[in-house]
Amino acid sequence: MLYAALQSLSSHWRRHPGQLVMLALGLALATALWSGVQAINAEARAAYDRAAATLGQDQLSRLEQSDGQPVPTAEFLALRAAGYLVSPVISGELREGGARLRLLGIDPLTAPTETQSPTLTGDTDIADFFTAPGLLLVSQATADGDLPLGLPPLRIAENVPPAAAITDISTAARLLDQRDPSYLLIAPDQPFGLAPITDATNLTLRSPEVGSDIARLTDSFHLNLTAFGLLSFGVGLFIVHAAIGLAFEQRRATIRTLRALGTPLRTILLALGLELAAIAALAGLIGILLGYVIAASLMPGVAGTLRGLYGAEIEGVLRFNPDWAIAALAITLLGTAVAAAQAMVRTAQMPLLAPAMPRAWAQASGRALRLQTLAAIALFTLAAALAVFGTGLYAAFACLGALLIGAALALPAVMTSLLSLVRPKGAFTEWIVADTRQQIPGLSLALMALLLALAANIGVSTMVGSFRTTFLGWLDQRLASELYVTAATPDEAEELMQALAPDVDAILPIVSAPTRLFDRPADVFGVVDHPTYRQAWPFLAATQDAWDRVANGTGILVNEQLFRREALSLGDVVPLADGLPIVGIYTDYGNPNGQAIVSLTRFAETFPEDRPRRFAIRIAPEDTPALATRLRTEFGLPADAVTNQAQVKAFSVDVFEQTFRVTGALNVLTLGVAGIALLTSLLTLADLRLPQLAPIWAIGASRATLAKVEMARSLALAAITFVFALPVGLALAWILLAFVNVEAFGWRLPMQVFPADWLLLLALALLAAGLAALGPTLRLARMPPARLTQVFAQER
Amino acid sequence: MLRYLVISLLLATPAYPQGFAGLGTDAPGFAVPGPDPTFTFPDDHGPHPDYRIEWWYLTATLQGADGTRYGIQWTLFRSALAPVEADGWDTPQLFMGHAGLTTPAAHYSAERLARGGIGQAGVIADPFRAFIDDWHMTSTADGGDALNALTLTARGANFAYDLALEATGPVIFHGDGGYSVKSAEGQASYYYSQPFYDVAGVLELPDGPVPVTGTAWLDREWSSQPLSDDQAGWDWFSLQLSDGARMMAFGLRDRQGGSFTSATWIDADGTTQSYGDGHVILTPQATTEVAGRTIPTEWRLTFPERAVDIVTTPLNAQSWMETSFGYWEGPIAFTGSHEGIGYLEMTGYE
Repeated sequence: MLYAALQSLSSHWRRHPGQLVMLALGLALATALWSGVQAINAEARAAYDRAAATLGQDQLSRLEQSDGQPVPTAEFLALRAAGYLVSPVISGELREGGARLRLLGIDPLTAPTETQSPTLTGDTDIADFFTAPGLLLVSQATADGDLPLGLPPLRIAENVPPAAAITDISTAARLLDQRDPSYLLIAPDQPFGLAPITDATNLTLRSPEVGSDIARLTDSFHLNLTAFGLLSFGVGLFIVHAAIGLAFEQRRATIRTLRALGTPLRTILLALGLELAAIAALAGLIGILLGYVIAASLMPGVAGTLRGLYGAEIEGVLRFNPDWAIAALAITLLGTAVAAAQAMVRTAQMPLLAPAMPRAWAQASGRALRLQTLAAIALFTLAAALAVFGTGLYAAFACLGALLIGAALALPAVMTSLLSLVRPKGAFTEWIVADTRQQIPGLSLALMALLLALAANIGVSTMVGSFRTTFLGWLDQRLASELYVTAATPDEAEELMQALAPDVDAILPIVSAPTRLFDRPADVFGVVDHPTYRQAWPFLAATQDAWDRVANGTGILVNEQLFRREALSLGDVVPLADGLPIVGIYTDYGNPNGQAIVSLTRFAETFPEDRPRRFAIRIAPEDTPALATRLRTEFGLPADAVTNQAQVKAFSVDVFEQTFRVTGALNVLTLGVAGIALLTSLLTLADLRLPQLAPIWAIGASRATLAKVEMARSLALAAITFVFALPVGLALAWILLAFVNVEAFGWRLPMQVFPADWLLLLALALLAAGLAALGPTLRLARMPPARLTQVFAQER
Repeated sequence: MLRYLVISLLLATPAYPQGFAGLGTDAPGFAVPGPDPTFTFPDDHGPHPDYRIEWWYLTATLQGADGTRYGIQWTLFRSALAPVEADGWDTPQLFMGHAGLTTPAAHYSAERLARGGIGQAGVIADPFRAFIDDWHMTSTADGGDALNALTLTARGANFAYDLALEATGPVIFHGDGGYSVKSAEGQASYYYSQPFYDVAGVLELPDGPVPVTGTAWLDREWSSQPLSDDQAGWDWFSLQLSDGARMMAFGLRDRQGGSFTSATWIDADGTTQSYGDGHVILTPQATTEVAGRTIPTEWRLTFPERAVDIVTTPLNAQSWMETSFGYWEGPIAFTGSHEGIGYLEMTGYE
């Protein structure tokens, strides 16, 4: 019985292969976007975990100086001499031009067993590892990449994070020119009869963090991606809902016949369920493959974003992970079930003897419309409440979600009321308007999908555009100097600065030290007192005498990120160099960490080890090329050691572009999915609407006229949707700029609007609607009159 | 994993702790022991960085107030990756400390590793001090040989000890004036001992502190040469006879079941006589399952020239050093032609 039911039900798909393709396409696309985003997130998170687990650092507590400076070796020896099992690590970064390598210098003799360091083989390698020049253990990808020059021999080892090398502490000390350990790892089991280690030292104890600094920083980025994935998935489900709804409507007659022949309702429902599950599973598999392709092609961009924005190193390569594939398949099945629920319930409730009249499906009653509108109002209220009272990234995303879903639910009501404003003249136009209103329920889901895609597009492009404008303006302020020079050593830098001083307007040393402020990684910069800073520095807030206070060593400037994260205000004291009050807050984009600026003198007192290797030169712009040439020829500096303002800017802009490349790609994909949703709905309606069109044709409207009307209507609906999407998108942009960015990146940007972009998007929306309507319209225009006449004959 | 391999470098053959010279390769550039050595003290109590491996090795047989017997071991090994000394992290001089404590019911052990140049471990000849982390062997001698009086401490995960040692006799030399041959092919080391310590101090055990007294034996040995390829392990005995005499005997087992033996007889006044291969015969009498291996924990030791025919029994047959490369080391007692106590070390049992 089940087999017979399955056979007769599935014959529908043989007769309507287009519908099957549409259903499968919708499911596959929804799955693809969702699983692609999940794959990217999973890969990146796994990379962070691997990096955090390097040398067991996710399990081991450590001791460090509260200011992040190296731990004196004497302190390490004192702890060992007191019996405590601590192990030194010298870590740091080697940079040369664009090449970066993070060094982790460990002491294998004292390293706790939790530090499962990579394998070396053979006696020679071990002796080589311990004695100069030493060995660097790196992953194959790191070895193949761009590396600083003059490194010791490399050995390929598994489990070394990207762009990092594990080496002996002696080798790290030599390469980084740092004798003292960066921190000490604490063995979990300490010997018999010792007091707690915190009683024995003034160093700060840091517990192994559940999430590393990088994982915390990048959380917002991944949440962003997830939100996009979810949006795409939702839009995809609209297609599925439309396709399933159509198939059910068209099979009412079959179902009635089957039931009349004695097939139990349960068998029919089971058959329908099995059929859908099979389609969903197949489409889900295609979607997973597609998702993998999408993820793999986005991965290099994501890696670039993470590196540029957060300094997080992940390999731009995607590994296939069965976990996310299975999760994606599960969510596809679940999504199909949700999308099919309405149709299944209807089938179950269908009276056995009711005529199998194909009604205009999903005919929403006035009551349903009112309910939807009420829900929309409730969601808007929620969004507003979240915007006013919510804190945290999740609240910001919930606000976004409430806004978007609310807007989607409000769309039919908005459309209906907009159409009721139209006062048509003449019977034909009156029919057009009335017919359009009658169609809104059928098209509303597809239009909602379009609305979501358009709103997301407007929101994100407004955000990116605002960011870009602000960022470029900010770069102009920050990069005021004409030339930037990097010397090989601090001594060389000093010589160069002395030699150049007579010939240039000013020399501004650039020096920074990594440290920890408020228990998070931060950088401290030392600057000289110069008009370059006084005139152009981009302050959000500052005291009148900010630069004077910095210059005389009684004040500190902090960046916006630190200011927002720690909820600081002017006058608050930063725990650096005996505590310095904040005299200014400046904007600082493209940097996830806290940052602070003190005078060069203060800096030298606080971080005597860190002397400037880089400096900026102020010189008349026309003399810049000559000086750059002179630096290379006369002082023999390598080409990449001298960069001009334009190069630095280009590099910064490149980092910026990388950051939003993935967002842009997802945006386009979502719009594409919405276009397909519209096409599905129009195809669905085209067949169902014949009984309504036939009388109009019969009373004299030509097929061509009817087709034109259909096309015009599609375009008009898309245009109305766009008009409604505009305020929604701008609200979205505002939430992104005012909440999500602040939470995610720590900066708030002024919002700017880009009407030219809207026009382009409107054109795109019309194009998508036009393309979607083209097929059904052409079919109508070429429909044999006989078919239209049949409508009157075949009263089913 | 790296740590494991580091240790394998320190102890490249199964015949390690005292059967040293156990280094996988014959590194060029290192000094090699030669016959007729001249020792200069206190310098020679200190390290010899131009030799590959060296140790300061102390075992003590102890007794609590209630008559319970105990034993402790304290060893500092030095292993050089290159025959030079350097300051800072760059040093090629690596150190390894082993500490053991045996009771009739339990055996505790601990291990420490460190590099020399930064001051985490090392040996200073004058005033004498050998140390790694908080473990140390420090001279408290007021005139005379630096080794005449020592304090000794070590600490593991579940034990610690703090002992004071006082020598009642002189330093003695093994083999030919301190040149000790280790195989028929002529591999050798420099080897001297202070076998006459009286000890007093406190053992820290999980159940609380235990005051103890007893006797101890210090070995000093250094070399650069690997053992013969053929040698599989070593059994080393230090014995205190009831008349105050001492005896050292070792057997280096080869893979064919044969043995290269050597012995030193030490009279109560410190007069020594050395015996080369074949004079002492070591025969396993009974074995025990220890750490998954079968280990001969009862031995018959016959030494016809000195009319010695004894059987040794361990204080605790499970005296297994749970170090990176495990071995058996613990106090023994013996009966037969002579009676007394001593220490036994057995390595290379797989």
